[in-house]
Amino acid sequence: MAIAQASRIRRGRRPGHRSRAPYLLIAPAVIAMIGFLVYPMASVIYYSLQHYNVTKPWENGFAGLDNFTRLLFEDPLFWQSLGFSVKWVVVEVVLQLLLGLALALIVNESFIGRAFSRAMVFSPWAVSGVLTTGIWLLLYNSQAGVPRYLADLGLMDYGASPLANTDTVFAAAVLAELWRGVPFFAILLLADLQTISGDLYEAASVDGATRIRRFVHITLPHLKDAIILSTLLRAVWEFNNVDLLYTLTGGGPAHQTTTLPLYVATTAAQSHDFGYGSALTTAAFVILTFFSVAYLRLSKFGAR
Amino acid sequence: MTTQTTTRRSSLPPPVRIPPGKRRTADKVSRWQIYVPLGLYLLFTLIPFYWMLVFAFRPRGSSSLLPWPITFENFETVWTDLGFAIFFQNSLMVGVASLVGTTVVALAGGYALARYKFRGRNVFMVAMLCTQFIPGAMMLIPLFEIFRTLGLVNTLWSLVIAETVFQLPLSLILISGFIKNIPMELEEAAWVDGCTRLRAFFTVVLPMLRPALVAVGSFAFIHSWNNFLFALMFVSDQEKFTVPVGLAYTLGEFSVDFGALAAGGVVAAVPVVLVFAFIQRYLVQGMSAGAVKG
Repeated sequence: MAIAQASRIRRGRRPGHRSRAPYLLIAPAVIAMIGFLVYPMASVIYYSLQHYNVTKPWENGFAGLDNFTRLLFEDPLFWQSLGFSVKWVVVEVVLQLLLGLALALIVNESFIGRAFSRAMVFSPWAVSGVLTTGIWLLLYNSQAGVPRYLADLGLMDYGASPLANTDTVFAAAVLAELWRGVPFFAILLLADLQTISGDLYEAASVDGATRIRRFVHITLPHLKDAIILSTLLRAVWEFNNVDLLYTLTGGGPAHQTTTLPLYVATTAAQSHDFGYGSALTTAAFVILTFFSVAYLRLSKFGAR
Repeated sequence: MTTQTTTRRSSLPPPVRIPPGKRRTADKVSRWQIYVPLGLYLLFTLIPFYWMLVFAFRPRGSSSLLPWPITFENFETVWTDLGFAIFFQNSLMVGVASLVGTTVVALAGGYALARYKFRGRNVFMVAMLCTQFIPGAMMLIPLFEIFRTLGLVNTLWSLVIAETVFQLPLSLILISGFIKNIPMELEEAAWVDGCTRLRAFFTVVLPMLRPALVAVGSFAFIHSWNNFLFALMFVSDQEKFTVPVGLAYTLGEFSVDFGALAAGGVVAAVPVVLVFAFIQRYLVQGMSAGAVKG
């Protein structure tokens, strides 16, 4: 070890010595992220303070907080889409977590066909939002999908599709997103389950702890940080992701399934009101950052 | 008793036999407790895939629940008439380029984060976490303006750059976490043997990073293969469409042609499902080794 210690000093890791190597190594990542993440984000904040509409150039100019007052006080769709976003995120994350945890616990046991079952139940993770839409449109279609076969059996009326009905469209979208969302939690939680030492369970069962007690006192505390981190990442991801709803429901019927990002995307794409779209973006970014910090604090992430 | 204990125990000295008392048999997981919920969940996972396959392979107008008599006419339509051959090629090029870009940049940066203390390191780590809250959909406008300035709008390069940048933060965190777990002493031993730092990295560190590289590379590929919004907004030339954009157009324009939609879906699914089947073992390994723990 003494030699290693000496070489460490020789190679320029002694305190006070500044090597250029780390800066060179990290430069490509920093340049890419400043150019294509930080700068665009800064320009979004700048545009949020401007009137900027490509179709109405004569109105462009500094707007102060106009866009934000409009968003807070004059735009019911902002509040409606924000409300739907919250509902969507909470329902998806809670259901995905519960099913994903159950699935991880099951495929962590040993049984015949385990490797195969794992590959199968994890596979929707790799499927895109658009493809998920394609698949579930085939399932939900009233003429060729499951409803038609159910109607053949006399269980449903002909011609009804869960996506066309305002009472069922939410559940239909939730189910499709669950299908590809659960594997994320199952994979992450299974990875963390595998780092629990078997000796702990051994000791606990010698002490007479039941399965449920072992789950509550060993498994759950061990998984705590993984659960906090994965639910946070997933919440942000579900909040931001627009692929599935954009293609499956298009935000409809009657804006019922419009999330905030979906609202922004359509504002930018259809009305070309980039200034207002940027204000919506800034609002969403602030909400997400605030939520994330609060979530990590309140859940005592990293504390045992 | 869980199976983990059984497998772990093999490496330990022979354990003291505990007499099989009532409480131990009482909480043993029975086979039914595994197979019944697992079977139900498998149905939920596989029926949608099966449904797509049935539509893709059965003849037009058939309402059979089996893909029989099997036909490839839907694939011919999709591949040649709808242009999926080109979309497939475009997606493949973007996917591979993003994979290479993400892995190389994240490897260099991850090594710096794991092995050096330098000024600005902590700021950079916090900034990377913050980027996770940036809504991708909302970066469309400024990114579009940047790519227009650079003359990259309507090129596949815009997609490669956007994909790589959005993949970078998580990849950096994953790889640097992994490198931290490799004992510094291994590298130092190689230096003592006369290796340069670079050579030691390639001969000692890189081989041990395999699970992390597989995870990062496949994330990048799958993510880029699946991305819809960037491809939809940055590319308007049909010759440069990627598979998800092509598929979305199939959803809209050919809403009655379920066979074509399903066949397009199969084309979109096959590469990622293959990659996934190959990597899913590494995925769980890679995650448990460092990512989640951070």
